[in-house]
Amino acid sequence: MYEISRTHADYLRTIRRHKHIVHISRILILLSFLFIWEFTANVGIIDSFIFSSPSKIVQCFAGMAADQSIFLHIGVTIYETLLSFLLVIAISILMAVLLWFSPKLSEIADPYLVVLNSLPKSALAPLLIVWLGANKTTIIVAGMSVAIFGSILNLYTSFHTVDAGKLMLVYTLGGSRFHALYKVVLPCSLPAIISNMKVNIGLCLVGVIIGEFLAAKEGLGYLIIYASQVFKMDWLLMSILLLCILATILYSLINLLERRCRRRY
Amino acid sequence: MEQVLELRHIYYSYHTPEGETPALADISFSLSKGEFIAIVGPSGCGKSTLLSVICGLLSPEKGLIRINGKYMRESTTNIGYMLQHDELFEWRTIFNNVILGLEVQHMLTAKTKEKAGELLDLYGLGNFKNSRPSELSGGMRQRAALIRTLVLDPDLLLLDEPFSALDYQTRLQVGDDIGQIIRKEGNSAILVTHDLSEAISLADRVIVLSGRPSTIQQTIPLIFDLDRDTPLARRNAPEFKTYFNLIWEELNANV
Repeated sequence: MYEISRTHADYLRTIRRHKHIVHISRILILLSFLFIWEFTANVGIIDSFIFSSPSKIVQCFAGMAADQSIFLHIGVTIYETLLSFLLVIAISILMAVLLWFSPKLSEIADPYLVVLNSLPKSALAPLLIVWLGANKTTIIVAGMSVAIFGSILNLYTSFHTVDAGKLMLVYTLGGSRFHALYKVVLPCSLPAIISNMKVNIGLCLVGVIIGEFLAAKEGLGYLIIYASQVFKMDWLLMSILLLCILATILYSLINLLERRCRRRY
Repeated sequence: MEQVLELRHIYYSYHTPEGETPALADISFSLSKGEFIAIVGPSGCGKSTLLSVICGLLSPEKGLIRINGKYMRESTTNIGYMLQHDELFEWRTIFNNVILGLEVQHMLTAKTKEKAGELLDLYGLGNFKNSRPSELSGGMRQRAALIRTLVLDPDLLLLDEPFSALDYQTRLQVGDDIGQIIRKEGNSAILVTHDLSEAISLADRVIVLSGRPSTIQQTIPLIFDLDRDTPLARRNAPEFKTYFNLIWEELNANV
């Protein structure tokens, strides 16, 4: 290997230092936040009954972990979120393909999709309870309702913006519209499909929590509502923290998928 | 001589809500087996439209097209179409790009795959079979695009300004390359271009189209007295300049 010049070494060092500072600052902010929270709650500056404290949250978690009830709640929320997410992906790809195949259909459906997409989906939740009952189906449908319309519109747009030259190529090679779909449109749209997934996993979680607020006997959303009603702030804040962690994990899973796809590209 | 393609009185117009734009008017010509025709004309005159009509992507409003003696609809003749951009897919390797047409036409067999490999070897891309298009130079990409067309064994090749996206130096090289490949494979070809020198260096005959709607203004046969008739050799031949001026005057005759 050739020698690294002094200026280049300096440059590399600056980059490394920059990264260190960012990392350390992030961790410091979290630690000092937790410390100040714990400290002020302990000496009585804030009321730990209302604001809870990190140690109380950990205790609460340990208690619920001991009787395994917390895992049930987490598991139910994950299950509902993943199921509604997978359904959203499958249905929206299918619908976008249909719309792509038929420009007439897409023009007819366009205003409906736009209206449904801009409708606040939480307004639908009470309706879903009446129609589907206070059960998991309602929650999963609520999760789907938040994401699906935007997802269809997004995918359709990305299907539509595929390079015309590439489509032309398939037709000049004697291909049908079906070939154009799975040789060009779908592979071309893979990045768009994945970035669409990234948005949808978060939206499905939102929808599922809304559903659990209204129609659940288990799950983190249920836990949050129940805790606020009986004023158990430890439970409430713990559930929110768990949701933070859950959302992060789900998002990074899709990130991982994206990186794997990109390597194949 | 056997005729690969015959066009008789072809008309085509584009329709928009604002009105009708005639693009082709009364185009008639024919192409013999192994012949190379270049079509030149002012930009936007409907040159590409003509190719789309010949390969069946657009149907003419009036007129007849016969390919190998059969009417368009009954014809099973393979027409290869080479576009302005190579349109190689980044998510496929070069080899998989080259066999795209075979896949689409359900002709993917051990034999055709082998042929694709041979063509890649023959035209200097053997070492790049498993590379991605982005790893190749512009000229190599265009060669890969040509092989993608040739592997289907087309009886007729349509070239729609296939070199115009390349820089000048590459363009001369690739033009030379591809011209020789087409001659060697004995293909009949129609090249559409706005580059007169490209047309003269490659073709047996140049058809000059008028502005919109396109009609055939003049057909000029090119005869070069060369030992090795390659595109680059033609560019240095004394006849080159004469033909250039002739076509140039033709193009400017009714502007």
